[in-house]
Amino acid sequence: MMAFYFGKLVEIFPFFLKGLSMTVQVAFISLVTCTFIGFVLGIFRAGKNIFIKRLIGVYVSFVRGTPFVVQIFIIFFILPDWGIQLEAFQAALLAMAIMGSAFICEIVAGGIDSIPRGQWEAASSSGLSLFQQLRFVILPQSMKVILPPLVGQYVLLIKDTSVISVIGVMELTRVGWLTVVRIPEGLMVFSLVGVLYFVISYPLILLSNYLEKRMAV
Amino acid sequence: MLADFNFRVIFEYLPLFLTGLKSTFLISIISIMLALVVGTIACACRISGIKSIKYPAIAYIEIIRSTPLLVQIYFLYFGLPTLGIRVPEIQTGILALTLNSGAYIAEIIRAGINSVDDGQIEAGISSGLNYLQRMRFIILPQALGVTVPPLLGQSIVLVKDSALLSLISVMELTRCGQTMTSERFMPSEAFFTVAFFYMCIYFCLKALADWSQKRLIFREAY
Repeated sequence: MMAFYFGKLVEIFPFFLKGLSMTVQVAFISLVTCTFIGFVLGIFRAGKNIFIKRLIGVYVSFVRGTPFVVQIFIIFFILPDWGIQLEAFQAALLAMAIMGSAFICEIVAGGIDSIPRGQWEAASSSGLSLFQQLRFVILPQSMKVILPPLVGQYVLLIKDTSVISVIGVMELTRVGWLTVVRIPEGLMVFSLVGVLYFVISYPLILLSNYLEKRMAV
Repeated sequence: MLADFNFRVIFEYLPLFLTGLKSTFLISIISIMLALVVGTIACACRISGIKSIKYPAIAYIEIIRSTPLLVQIYFLYFGLPTLGIRVPEIQTGILALTLNSGAYIAEIIRAGINSVDDGQIEAGISSGLNYLQRMRFIILPQALGVTVPPLLGQSIVLVKDSALLSLISVMELTRCGQTMTSERFMPSEAFFTVAFFYMCIYFCLKALADWSQKRLIFREAY
């Protein structure tokens, strides 16, 4: 029986590849948006404006204090009540962007805060504008602190894309879930799903370990 | 937007939410305790020099860390019955959370142990301290400061991860929200209440983590 199901699984393997490509697509789009939004928020969070700082702080603790599933449910079920119609795919991207940017924001703010005040003062007394100070003095130095946890966060975000299967986005976990209904070999089906996730995220884990060693201060 | 937010229904469902909160609490505490045991064992295997237990431990840690928790939960949920093991969903869920957190905790403990410099241990030996004394006075005070805050961080993650058990119909907090949504079709009330309870747990644990960070780091040791 096992061999029969294995044959079946090989037969529908293209289905899994489709799921994989969906996962990669969602992961890629959301990583790019999260990094962008996260950096902008992080720079403001490390800045001087107390009000903006607090506001971002509240946003971050809302996101960090609730599970990602609950956030997805809130976005997917409640936005339509408020007159915003989103497809599952868009809702998933929105949820990923909101969640990921909060985590990346904290990493970036931590990195910027690790730079001693003297660097800012030196930069501003060299006549650099605020943007130039950030671009040429502060960010290049804080990258050393930001990069290793950032790549670690990427791995977590890629793994979190599995949760968007609950609102019906046809990604890898969803494919596994649909398959296991027809091929009742849970171990086999989800091993395959696991292997496919492993292929994406393990290289990033290795990269993160490497960066951690390389950039150790 | 929130003008028709209905508190009456929330109060009506409060007993359900409280049972959900209780079971989230229990699941999290049991899982984190078991995960500490699993993590300590996995870490001990990983740093031991014996190849036949070191490599399985590395494989376990790396496999868990590079696959999503949801896939692990489904793996056990759909996989255990094919092996002929039939247990209630809640036990499957606790098993999944334990195995998942165990791998992360193993890495946290390893980082804690590695953070104590070899020279410290050598200094301890040459001061004539025995193994227990070295542990008590030199290694643990330094390692705890590096280990306890991330362990509390991991327990925050675990509480949030336990929400995923709602997908295998374990009756915990998130599942209560889903139940209320399907019975009354009031997703805003249901999920904002759920989020509120998670926030409460989060802030308690966060306060504890911040306190431990301040209290437990022994900077003098350097």
